[in-house]
Amino acid sequence: MNSTLNLRANASVYDDDIVRKFVAATVLWGVVGMLLGVIIALQLAWWPANLGLPWTTFGRLRPLHTNAVIFAFGGNICFAGIYYSMQRLLKTRMYSDAMSAFHFWGWQLIIVAAAVTLPLGFTQSKEYAELIWPIDVAIAVVWVVFAINFFGTLAIRKVRHLYVAIWFYMSFVITIAVLHIVNSLAVPVSLTRSYPIYAGLTDALVQWWYGHNAVGFFLTTPFLGLMYYFLPRAAERPVYSYRLSIVHFWSLVFLYIWTGPHHLLYSALPDWAQTLGMVFSIMLLAPSWGGMLNGLLTLRGAWDRVRTDPVLKFMVVAVSFYGMSTFEGPMLAIRAVNGLAHYTNWIIGHVHSGALGWNGMITFGILYWLVPRLWNRELARPGWATTHFWLATIGIVLYTLSMWVAGLTEGLMWRAVNDQGLLATPAFMDIVHRLAPYYWLRVTGGALYLTGALMMVWNLLETVRGARPQVQAIPAPAAS
Amino acid sequence: MTTDTTPKDPFHRRVLENKAGLFAIVTTIAISIGGIVEIVPMFTAAAGPERPDWVSPYTPLEVAGRDIYIREGCYLCHSQMVRPMRAELLRYGEWSRAGEYRYDHPFLLGSRRIGPDLHRVGGKYPDAWHYEHMRDPRSTTPGSVMPSYRWLLDGRIDATDVQASVNGLRRVGVPYADTAFVDIVSSLVRQGTGIVGRLAEAGIESEPDREIVALIAYLQRLGIDGRRAIEAGLTAPTGSQ
Repeated sequence: MNSTLNLRANASVYDDDIVRKFVAATVLWGVVGMLLGVIIALQLAWWPANLGLPWTTFGRLRPLHTNAVIFAFGGNICFAGIYYSMQRLLKTRMYSDAMSAFHFWGWQLIIVAAAVTLPLGFTQSKEYAELIWPIDVAIAVVWVVFAINFFGTLAIRKVRHLYVAIWFYMSFVITIAVLHIVNSLAVPVSLTRSYPIYAGLTDALVQWWYGHNAVGFFLTTPFLGLMYYFLPRAAERPVYSYRLSIVHFWSLVFLYIWTGPHHLLYSALPDWAQTLGMVFSIMLLAPSWGGMLNGLLTLRGAWDRVRTDPVLKFMVVAVSFYGMSTFEGPMLAIRAVNGLAHYTNWIIGHVHSGALGWNGMITFGILYWLVPRLWNRELARPGWATTHFWLATIGIVLYTLSMWVAGLTEGLMWRAVNDQGLLATPAFMDIVHRLAPYYWLRVTGGALYLTGALMMVWNLLETVRGARPQVQAIPAPAAS
Repeated sequence: MTTDTTPKDPFHRRVLENKAGLFAIVTTIAISIGGIVEIVPMFTAAAGPERPDWVSPYTPLEVAGRDIYIREGCYLCHSQMVRPMRAELLRYGEWSRAGEYRYDHPFLLGSRRIGPDLHRVGGKYPDAWHYEHMRDPRSTTPGSVMPSYRWLLDGRIDATDVQASVNGLRRVGVPYADTAFVDIVSSLVRQGTGIVGRLAEAGIESEPDREIVALIAYLQRLGIDGRRAIEAGLTAPTGSQ
């Protein structure tokens, strides 16, 4: 038998090595991204934390935080989950081991490049699309390789029917490519600088079409795919309704793409575009809640296990936060509500109920489920996982509550007018001062969330390093 | 693929869910419609933002200042969009008109007001105020949470970089003349010297090629074209939205 390696070394076994790599990267970048979040939260509460250096100011670290949590933490868990589940759903190894490896190392290199360039002030300034044009080109190349590997695997699949998780992954692969390329069209000026081909409000509309669908197709659809695979696996129950998942998928991907202009309500963007953004955002509530209910109802008959299984605890809270933030989002997209909430901390709270609550919690749940299986070990400290769950939950509650109060406070104070028709609080600084306690509360919530994540790192490291569980062979009966 | 479609498969499976290529095509169509409907009309005169002639491109020094504004991430704490609301008119001035952003590559509307909006900050404070504010924000604004930007006081702009920026902006459609390097330099020196002169009157020593001078030039330009046009009655009156 020939045992030498070729490109698909063992076409008869799943490639779990690539999954282990993406899992390790998820854990590493997750901690980095969350730590950056705590640092920039501290900078707003206590300005000396900017350290007086150009590279460590809020203006340079905030893009690093958002990129790290979305594309490094979120991206790597999506890739880990996709590579793990699609091989099993399609009963085949990935199309090309070389492409899988290129995808992994290319993506990590892009993250490192981001970590170097953003603190140096190399940025295109578009939110979640800050990276300079050479890195944008690298992202496009890595993404195309990922897409070829993804569709190649579909082509060699051994199962004809595509399970719902695959649909969501597919929308992720296709839409991110479209969004990234259209929003990044720019004319280079030097190696580190470029100007977008769009101007003014057109540029703003393209950016928020991209920006909101980075939420929609990077932080929602692939994570919903993960939910449709890992939640039934962890709960050991089939998905509640296949029909609902069909309606969920098609209405979600069609409606999401329209919602970007809700970031530009009351701006000078033409009214027709603002109205479209608002109306589609409100409609998006229906598929979002359809998906949430499909997830929660999958647990029917398994609710007793939520009490004891930390994996299910994380997943239940994740899906609940998905429901909560997808209710809050359409509400915030209503013009009148947005008039109060836009530019305030309320939006930051909203984003984090999605990022910490939905993306973070479901990632933790998947990691606690996946790592013991990938390394064939028992989870070292199940008790710590439960402690992690409570620290994270309390952290999110402190975070969102403080940002709600801060957002309403500043929103109301900015607009308050007295009997004489003059501003009730004309000095902007008087409003800034009122927010200090909430900023400190937010630092506390974020630090609790980070502490929980650090406990997870320790727990998973101990799990991976632990001895394999001993399997006792059944002794052969003595020959007579 | 080993398993063929069986007659027992329901309609939605036979039509779509068993066919990866077709599924990908239909998905691509579904995610494209919204973007096309919203973005394409923005390039038409009828449905897109107005392109008035009362707004002019930024000067080379202002372009350099804008690049610094982008580099430091100022837009992450300061918006540049005054909304058509009573309190915003009182606090900041005239609401922002679409045409004012005509030459903004990239747009810098911002999404957060950790500090105040800056779209009407041009001419609101003397140059020396901005200088002191960047050196130590708490010297002009007690209790400010903004970091100090001392390095802008010493940093220098490079005329070659500025020329590259102006050329880049021309390539994306800003109507700059094909300006020679000497003209870029003389424009930078002329505008920079004016600011340095005003700083000197306030007892501050600086030089025309300092980054702080470029940033002041940009900040002092913000909202000026729009305000003049509004005062001259060239754009819709307040509160038309």
